[in-house]
Amino acid sequence: MSDHETAGSDGGISTRTMEIVVAVVLFAVSALVVYDSYRLGSKWGDDGPQSGYFPFYIGLLLGLASVATLVRVFLTQWRQHDKAAAPTGLFVEWGQLKLVLSVLVPAVVYVLAVQLIGMYIASAVYIMLFMRWLGHYSWVKSVAIGFGVSAAIFVLFEIWFKVPLYKGVYDALAWLGY
Amino acid sequence: MVEISALFHGFAVVLSPFNLLLMLIGIVLGVIIGVLPGLGGANGVAILLPLTFTMPPTSAIIMLSCIYWGALFGGAITSVLFNIPGEPWSVATTFDGYPMAQQGRAGEALTASFTSSFIGALFAVIMITFLAPLVAKFALKFGPPEFFAVYLLTFCSFIGMGKGSAWKTLAAMMLGFALAAIGMDNITGRLRLTFGFPEMMRGVDFLIAVIGLFGIGEILLSMEEGLSFTGKSAKINPKVVLETWKKLPHYWLTSLRSCLIGCWMGITPGGATPASFMSYGVAKRMSKDGDKFGKGQIEGVVAPETAAHAAGTAALLPMLALGIPGSPTAAVLLGGLLIWGLQPGPLLFVEQKDFVWGLIASMYLGNLAGLAIVLTCVPLFAAILRVPFSIIAPVIVAICAIGAYTVHNAMLDIWLMMIFGVVGYVFKKLDYPLAPLVLALVLGDRAEDSFRQAMLIAQGDMRIFFSNALVGTITGLALIMLFWPIVSRAVAAIRK
Repeated sequence: MSDHETAGSDGGISTRTMEIVVAVVLFAVSALVVYDSYRLGSKWGDDGPQSGYFPFYIGLLLGLASVATLVRVFLTQWRQHDKAAAPTGLFVEWGQLKLVLSVLVPAVVYVLAVQLIGMYIASAVYIMLFMRWLGHYSWVKSVAIGFGVSAAIFVLFEIWFKVPLYKGVYDALAWLGY
Repeated sequence: MVEISALFHGFAVVLSPFNLLLMLIGIVLGVIIGVLPGLGGANGVAILLPLTFTMPPTSAIIMLSCIYWGALFGGAITSVLFNIPGEPWSVATTFDGYPMAQQGRAGEALTASFTSSFIGALFAVIMITFLAPLVAKFALKFGPPEFFAVYLLTFCSFIGMGKGSAWKTLAAMMLGFALAAIGMDNITGRLRLTFGFPEMMRGVDFLIAVIGLFGIGEILLSMEEGLSFTGKSAKINPKVVLETWKKLPHYWLTSLRSCLIGCWMGITPGGATPASFMSYGVAKRMSKDGDKFGKGQIEGVVAPETAAHAAGTAALLPMLALGIPGSPTAAVLLGGLLIWGLQPGPLLFVEQKDFVWGLIASMYLGNLAGLAIVLTCVPLFAAILRVPFSIIAPVIVAICAIGAYTVHNAMLDIWLMMIFGVVGYVFKKLDYPLAPLVLALVLGDRAEDSFRQAMLIAQGDMRIFFSNALVGTITGLALIMLFWPIVSRAVAAIRK
């Protein structure tokens, strides 16, 4: 659906496609909100407004806003067809998307690792591997900074401020006694 | 004058060694946060908030508000030296600040921007000192309908005054309200929008949203630009400072205008970013050297910096006096108040004198200390930006994750933070404003409470929002704000 817009450039996801996706997602969210508020009761009960009273209208307004955004996207498209398709621009080029994913995917893996092996080890390994793979640093530097940062965080949180951080399902640092 | 003696009492509170130390730590941390990509005033404060849970509230707010001042100063450093705005409100500073740095006048540009920031903040603090108690006293008369009307005014001005699509502002705001509704309903005790997941009962904390939207989202955006920092180096010596200070009084009119624009935009929730652009635009139009703007005009640095700092500071006025934050960072500070066990709102001025006046006094001292620190330590802070992104990015992601976890000690929050990060990235690129989303998330429950209380009083009759002169005026103003684009067009059409 975005063929004619992306032609001639490096290619990527067009802003228009993204606008539509976001508006549709927001509309879906609004439908969820309206549905759940209706389930809870969105009217006036015996003792005052029911639980769904306020969120019901929030959901309606969100739905209205997303539909209006959607309509605007299509309206601008029609107008552009008259002017021989002025490009609406790219949301993101493939190359850029690759860069963004190269940060996002490791970050998601990192969060998963935090869940399993805890904040400290996961952070150390994450920073280390990130530096090694994306920054092309030597192993020595990467390991030093990764574990150095993690150790600093440990001292700051566990020892100084006495704020315990998540140790993970498999706590490998249990022997430290914290 | 009552305010003056209260203020001196505030100074007495602040001038303890512990509080002064926290103030310095706050400023330095704030500048670092302002310089680093992906960390800004709002999420920097959000991440550090859990560390202050055990501190006395006054010390905690002094440190956190000083982080805010520091972040406001820090944004200017990267704008001038690297042409990379560290914060959205310093985008307008790059227009003339970076050209000045390219001409070898970096020291001059930095001195001018720091000094104007200071003047803007000072102006706003003086205004807060005298205006906030009055507003609070006035607001003591407010009941639920009045409070809901003020919330309505806040949110309607976002829609009416926003520069982008009003529908997108509305969508972002309603998404914030919907997120705020997740969890237990305070009044009936029923679970809303949890869909059977017990983990969702706690609801979505806005701190998580702030850390994800502004922190992770910003990292993703910076990554897209492929990040290679190449900056001008700067040394500020006393001679440059003094020479610049001699020049600055020439621009007193620009300064004053920018102060007023900033204060106005800060109190109404326009915020620092539009204030800086607006001030730059007005200065360009009014100046006799308007055509030289963008080529390294010192006035082009003075105008946006003064307004941004004035707005950033003035945003604390409605937060203190009404419990309604004027900016995302003020919203985070408000969240702090709740966590420290203080009830934000007009009663704060009556019941927590030490806290309020300590905070106001720390604004004076904090900005003065901030000016001294940034003027002397610029090379140090600029060096931070030369740390490669492939080291900074994972460290910031880890810090954000820790910040998100410590809010409720919940693993789910870290996942939510990642989702908000992606949402922040997409929303920013599509011009969905993030500030209304955050404010709606913060104020959602309280706006709903006052709405329901008002409805209970009136037995479901909407006319209660016009039932007396006070609430009627506020509601009327809100409606005018909501339809402002249409109103202003109509006025223009009639004039023709």
